[in-house]
Amino acid sequence: MDLLLLLTLFPLLSALPLMLPIKAFNCRKTVWSYALLSTLVTFVFSLIVAFKFDFAATGTMQLAGSLSWVDAFGLSFGFGIDSISLWLVMLTTFLMPIIILGSLSAVKMRVREFYFWMIVLETFMLGTFVATDIIFFYVCFELTLVPLYILIGVFGSDNRLRAAKIFFLYTFSGSMLTFAGVMYVAFVNSVNTGVWSFDIQTLYLAAAGMSLAEQSWVLGALLAGFAVKVPLFPVHTWLPLAHTEAPTAGSVILAGVLLKLGTYGLLRFALPMCPAAVVEYAWLIGIFAVLGVLVTALICWVQTDVKKLIAYSSVSHLGFCVLGLFALDIDDAGAVGAVMYMINHGLSTGALFLCIGMIYERFHTRDMAKMSGLGRVIPVWASFTVFFVLASVGLPGLNGFIGEFLTLIGAFLSPSNVLGVEYAAFAGVGMILAAIYLLYMVGKVIFGPLLVPDVHNDDGSHELNDLNPREIFTLLPLAAACLILGMLPHGMLASLEAPVGRLTASAKDAAELDTVFVEADTQGTPLRLAVDDHASVSLHAPLIKTAPRAAER
Amino acid sequence: MHKAEMIQKVAGLWPEIVMLIGATACLFIGLSKGKGPRRSTPWIAASTLVIAALMVCNKSGTTDEPAALAGMAGYIKLAVAGIGLILLLVAAGVPNRLRQSLDAETAKTFEPGDVMTGEFYAFFLLSLTGVMLTAGAGDLVWLFLALELTSLPTYVMVATSRDRVEAQESAVKYFFLGALSAAIFLYGFALIYGATGSTEFTEITRIAQEQIAANGGTPPGLLLMGMVLAIVGVCFKIAAVPMHFYTADVYEGAATPVTAFLAFVPKTAGAVALILLLSLVGWPLPAPIASLIWLIAVVTMTLGNVLGLLQDNVKRVLAYSSIAHSGYILVGLLAGPAVNEAAGGTGGALGDGIAAVLFYLVAYGLGTIASFAILGCLRAGDREAQTYKHISGLHKNHPFLAALMLISVLSLVGLPPLVGFLGKIYLIGSAYGAGYTILVVILVLNSAISAAYYLRIASACYFGEPDESVVSAGQFPRYAGALIAATLAIVLGIVGNGLVNASRNATTPTQSADTGHLVQQTAAATATTTQID
Repeated sequence: MDLLLLLTLFPLLSALPLMLPIKAFNCRKTVWSYALLSTLVTFVFSLIVAFKFDFAATGTMQLAGSLSWVDAFGLSFGFGIDSISLWLVMLTTFLMPIIILGSLSAVKMRVREFYFWMIVLETFMLGTFVATDIIFFYVCFELTLVPLYILIGVFGSDNRLRAAKIFFLYTFSGSMLTFAGVMYVAFVNSVNTGVWSFDIQTLYLAAAGMSLAEQSWVLGALLAGFAVKVPLFPVHTWLPLAHTEAPTAGSVILAGVLLKLGTYGLLRFALPMCPAAVVEYAWLIGIFAVLGVLVTALICWVQTDVKKLIAYSSVSHLGFCVLGLFALDIDDAGAVGAVMYMINHGLSTGALFLCIGMIYERFHTRDMAKMSGLGRVIPVWASFTVFFVLASVGLPGLNGFIGEFLTLIGAFLSPSNVLGVEYAAFAGVGMILAAIYLLYMVGKVIFGPLLVPDVHNDDGSHELNDLNPREIFTLLPLAAACLILGMLPHGMLASLEAPVGRLTASAKDAAELDTVFVEADTQGTPLRLAVDDHASVSLHAPLIKTAPRAAER
Repeated sequence: MHKAEMIQKVAGLWPEIVMLIGATACLFIGLSKGKGPRRSTPWIAASTLVIAALMVCNKSGTTDEPAALAGMAGYIKLAVAGIGLILLLVAAGVPNRLRQSLDAETAKTFEPGDVMTGEFYAFFLLSLTGVMLTAGAGDLVWLFLALELTSLPTYVMVATSRDRVEAQESAVKYFFLGALSAAIFLYGFALIYGATGSTEFTEITRIAQEQIAANGGTPPGLLLMGMVLAIVGVCFKIAAVPMHFYTADVYEGAATPVTAFLAFVPKTAGAVALILLLSLVGWPLPAPIASLIWLIAVVTMTLGNVLGLLQDNVKRVLAYSSIAHSGYILVGLLAGPAVNEAAGGTGGALGDGIAAVLFYLVAYGLGTIASFAILGCLRAGDREAQTYKHISGLHKNHPFLAALMLISVLSLVGLPPLVGFLGKIYLIGSAYGAGYTILVVILVLNSAISAAYYLRIASACYFGEPDESVVSAGQFPRYAGALIAATLAIVLGIVGNGLVNASRNATTPTQSADTGHLVQQTAAATATTTQID
């Protein structure tokens, strides 16, 4: 059996016994241990996959395979990974056991269901990252909605019904348009080749032949689904609600992995499928990304609910990610940084949500006005929180810095007909704001005069305890990962360059052609067709395009 | 008709003949005095369906029928017999529950004579026979009679399904509007006959093509008028605008299992009739007819979904959802058989709108029947469970039913990889193939709207507080029907190859050598026709 298939299906299969009438699962701890074991085994599988993965290989997809689905439609369950997928798979399988570990005391009723849906969700998340058939991707992309919808709706806090419904409808409506766009590309392919196929590589070729107008519509359709998922600035409004109402585990998985489906979709589909349109509209997307960074950073500043603050900070941070993806700079600093950012944001923001969950379990409140100076009474928790806040802010030496820096470099070096210095400059202000609101939160909650809310422990006592060993073990791997990725990012960056380069190549070509045309138009020089020589350009000698911006913009 | 032709035609009708024999048997055995024989009628109906299905299977491929869409009849007959079995499971027990369903104060002593076991199943089989005959129709008169055979028994089924005045009210509404629609499409048929001088499809097709070609791509006035009236009249059967007004009231008033029947059987007959009628003028449809169907499709799906949002009664919600699905089906009808590729080409099934419609009918049928069956499994005190309040918190007391409900509404909304999703791919692929890009966007936006009310059903089941007055109706077969339908919705989604190929083969003209090269026939007439958008 194919390793990837096993990795993807194992969580689903291991979740099924939880729904069978097995007496042992009536005990909360047994279910929890079972779930933990299942996710750990999945993690081991993913390690084996990583071990088998050849980072030096130049081919497109590794460990690839396919199961037939509906042959008459050209549909298949095709799977395979490149290093982008691999890192995201690793992120998912790494986060899952941690989340389960952290959920023992948080979930007390309908325990079986909780872990059932959590594990099922893992299968769908892995499915999106390993899919090489676009409908298979879409299937998993949509199916992630159902488990999270139930997790929020059943296990969330007071306003959970509204949050679950808005979450589902918002993302589903967007992705229906994405579906129409994908079908359109497949249709173009069927007209060109006479055969319907949904293989991603095949569709890249078909999409390359589409006119700018067609590409623009397809880009719009893809953005409708993926920008909502990211979420990009004007369509982010579902996220704070979903985050605040979701149980801790749901928030971690949402921030850690599910939001990345949006950026992953943009990278995997939007950039290679509509390169010309991406170049044409990068400025608009860039503006929304920068606006998102700034506006939500300002919103963060005025939050009193700690969880909501972190939720908005996700929107702000993912603005950088989108900015990096659409930078199209010649060395892919932006796009590689964006992928790095996806991993890092998953780790540090996920960890912050876990920290807040731990506080909430003790105090049953997340109101910043009611807590202050907690560093004095629960120093271990405070140390971890400060650590993750620093990782999130982008302290050099921790993981957040690398991605943020690279995305800004990318925007800075971006060809002038795509993004440019002004985008990087404004987004840079966002970095400062991020430092302000996160450190403001730290200063308020961890330092300052001592103010401890009422404590409600499980056993009915009202004594404030610092983190227990289980909770420390929940946060420790995350902290270690943040540190390691911060100190030694080279391996990861090197592995990402080639696959990211493949995905952005056509858009970069389009950007260059655009520049050439502009130059030709403005200076009357003959067309200079300089493409496909990017490989020789090294990171030290970035090639900055200085052609004037197209007049019509 | 020539004698040999007659014999051949009748030879192709054995499944229908078996169904008629079964119906008659149910009718007479249902009159017997003893309880035992009367109890056997559902079993007789079931075995009739099984035998009919087997005969369809056995026959397919051996004789070619003189109809344009030769494979379609076999596909529809099999689908109707198969889904008929599920419907029978769901409906079993409707007639003998009547007296027990009354509350304690008004309950009369049980009178065996009142139990109408026999008639109910006889009408059930007759209506299904009507759909089968519709699919095999090759003549306008035949088509009219088949459509009426489908509908007439349903009026009685609605009226007798519940011991409440609502059921009678529904039946009267349904009957009068049904009669009106029959008059309209009969008038249309008459005009088509007047325009072409024949009632036989092959003859009408030939003459209509000539007239259309002579008239510069649009049908001449009389033919156009006939087609429009026929289409609008048949819209009643599929519950499409402007003939949709009865749907919510009738679906609400009928007993839930009968509603499941109404949502599938007449709709299938109507869709098949529309395929046959539109094939008379051929695809791509002449501009006026294409515009009409485009408009009906858009208005139907939008109206159905928007009104579905406003309802509090789940049966009405599902009724409006069924209207919306008719809109989707019309998209496939508008697109027609694959035009971009040669008939029976290697391009696969996507792009073939008629095959998409045939597939979608099954996909929709499974989801809708499952959700109605689940509602039918519940009782709120002495009444039917109908509102959101009744299914609220279903998960707590009936986790099994709640899970089935979740699956069926997700299939209806088109969530992958359930069968409804494959249906959407099929329809959208065909609409793109025929060049209706805007229609695709409208369709997906409508799917997004519909998600709101489907999700409300799922939310009620999973997140609500249980209504303690709601109890199980204790109908084991109905559970089984819901289970089978919902399971098929998953299985056919993941292992969809068989059904997709079957629907594709049903419309691929290469199977019957003599006739049916519909696409090629009409290709000549396409040069001058235009499409909207």
